[in-house]
Amino acid sequence: MSRLLTFLFGRLPIGWLQLTHSRGRFVAAVAGVAFANLLVFMQLGIMGALNTSTVAPYAMLNADIILSSEDGNTLTDGGHIPRVRMFQALGVAGVRDATPLFIGNLPFTLEDGTSVSLLSFGLNVAKPAFTNPGIAAHLDRLSLESTALLDEDTRGMPASVIADLQAGGQYSFETGGNTLTAIGTMKVGGGFLADGMMMMSDQTFLRVFPKRSSGAPNHILIRTDDGVSVTSVISRLEAALPAGNLRIQTMAGSAQSDKAYMSTERPTGIIFGFGVFMGILVGLVIVYQVLSTDVADHLREYATFKAMGFGQPFFLGIVFEEAIILAVFGFIPGFLVSVGLYNALVAVTGLPVAMEASRAVLVFLGTLTACSLSGAVATRRLANADPADLF
Amino acid sequence: MQKSPIKANGLNHYFGSGDARIQAIFDINLEITRGSLTILMGPSGSGKTTLLTLIGCLREIQEGSVTLLGQELFGADEAMFVSLRRRLGFIFQAHNLHESLTATQNVLMGLQVHGTGDAARQRAAAHHILGLLGLADRRDYLPGNLSGGQKQRVAVARALVSNPEIVLADEPTAALDKDSGHTVVQMLKSLGQARGTTTVIVTHDPRILEMADRIITLEDGRIVSDTLQ
Ligand SMILES: Nc1ncnc2c1ncn2[C@@H]1O[C@H](COP(=O)(O)OP(=O)(O)OP(=O)(O)O)[C@@H](O)[C@H]1O
Ligand SMILES: [Mg+2]
Repeated sequence: MSRLLTFLFGRLPIGWLQLTHSRGRFVAAVAGVAFANLLVFMQLGIMGALNTSTVAPYAMLNADIILSSEDGNTLTDGGHIPRVRMFQALGVAGVRDATPLFIGNLPFTLEDGTSVSLLSFGLNVAKPAFTNPGIAAHLDRLSLESTALLDEDTRGMPASVIADLQAGGQYSFETGGNTLTAIGTMKVGGGFLADGMMMMSDQTFLRVFPKRSSGAPNHILIRTDDGVSVTSVISRLEAALPAGNLRIQTMAGSAQSDKAYMSTERPTGIIFGFGVFMGILVGLVIVYQVLSTDVADHLREYATFKAMGFGQPFFLGIVFEEAIILAVFGFIPGFLVSVGLYNALVAVTGLPVAMEASRAVLVFLGTLTACSLSGAVATRRLANADPADLF
Repeated sequence: MQKSPIKANGLNHYFGSGDARIQAIFDINLEITRGSLTILMGPSGSGKTTLLTLIGCLREIQEGSVTLLGQELFGADEAMFVSLRRRLGFIFQAHNLHESLTATQNVLMGLQVHGTGDAARQRAAAHHILGLLGLADRRDYLPGNLSGGQKQRVAVARALVSNPEIVLADEPTAALDKDSGHTVVQMLKSLGQARGTTTVIVTHDPRILEMADRIITLEDGRIVSDTLQ
């Protein structure tokens, strides 16, 4: 290691030698940075799972444009819009097809007595183009009255039920006075959003949600003609449809604003953001403490080096060398433990927590920056190294 | 090359300010010949260390003039100080070795201040001088595992390895027993002579006086005697 650093710096790796000389302190410092990394990774992981959950239902759908009520917060949390907008939209150039989307929460009592809620989507099963291929394959069977596809990750659902469904079996259950029969499964991965999800025909949806009317869906999905620009269709829709409680977005744009809403306007998002901030703060304080104590402990050596003719850049170099070493050595265990905890979290909660390469890179760069910042503050103490005090 | 690498003219120095201001150095006039070994003596508080730090670019000159290696130090800036310090070798009362660096690495610092470069050659030079000082078998030890005399010899090696034109030492033997103190100064002298180094040593130690070319005695900040041997 020392040799590698000597080669890299073209000088003795004083920072490395100094840090590793007091092994106990080095281990504590690295553990501190690793812990700060762990905090940040966990918060970001859960925040990422929140984001993934929020937009997971979009993956079931296949559309270009979505019409929603303006007062809605997210795809699954919003009001209704008049179905007449769909007929108006169908008259706009570039719109190939449109279909209403109904969304509601069905209470469901598990066999052990706990009640969960199933987020249910109702679609026109005659239009498989509006769903992803995995779901589209089942759509014609959903035209049977009171059938549904059940989320295979539904919380509390016995694994045997899911396995049986996947093997071609059926599973009937009571909900709100109606009997529904699951005839297959789907994978959504929306752990934060609901205990589980269901896909059914709009007819079935309206039967199990008797208070909902076919004239007031939650959204209207639009597919555009091949080769036309989605933004130009949106501007034409904006011109053609009456304004007032209507939001017209691309599917991607809608997913993006759902994420923004969940991470900045909902307490959960804000709490996780705060957690990230705390993690960074902990890291900054630990590294600052270690580096400034280290500078203070070596003032005599630094003063000697000053007397020998070393200039300020040399000393800054040592402190930044130490900062970077702490960042790298702290990041590695922090990262590895985080990956382990992510896997544990997935196993225990089923939340879609995953280590993304971009997150790892971001946290590493953040760690480097934070350590360098702490180092920069710690270098202020260098001014105390006065060679005239040595004699 | 100057005949006198160290010159002082009308040099005064003060500590503190206002009523607490005291004068530590009074009107010092001095010329030290190249290649000589000068010993600076005097009672405690007489200003020896202060004079040495003024000459050695470790303190700013307040009044009067010091010419070091042909450069005027009065009014010199930090950059000038830094570049002059690289041409000096300091030996302190405490060895001031870096505890995390081995003997060889500590000595290497004396070379790397001039820039890095051929690492193998620098290492060879460090090993060579450690060998001259009788430390060949200790060169990879950390200071914590060396005796006081050995540490001070490493400090001497660090000061001399880059062939400084001037070596300044402040009570280099104070922390050592008599024998190892004598050895250290002996080595300082013989290495200095071989290289034409100008050496100034502050000391109380009477046993090393006989090695000096010149003995200057300070009292209350003034030169009270100056004898050539
Ligand atoms: N940093 C300082 N601040 C204030 N006064 C100082 C300072 N350094 C030295 N002095 C004073 O200057 C005078 C000369 O001190 P100096 O250290 O040069 O003496 P010295 O001859 O080296 O003594 P010693 O043999 O004890 O080392 C003393 O009166 C001392 O108290
Ligand atoms: Mg002194």
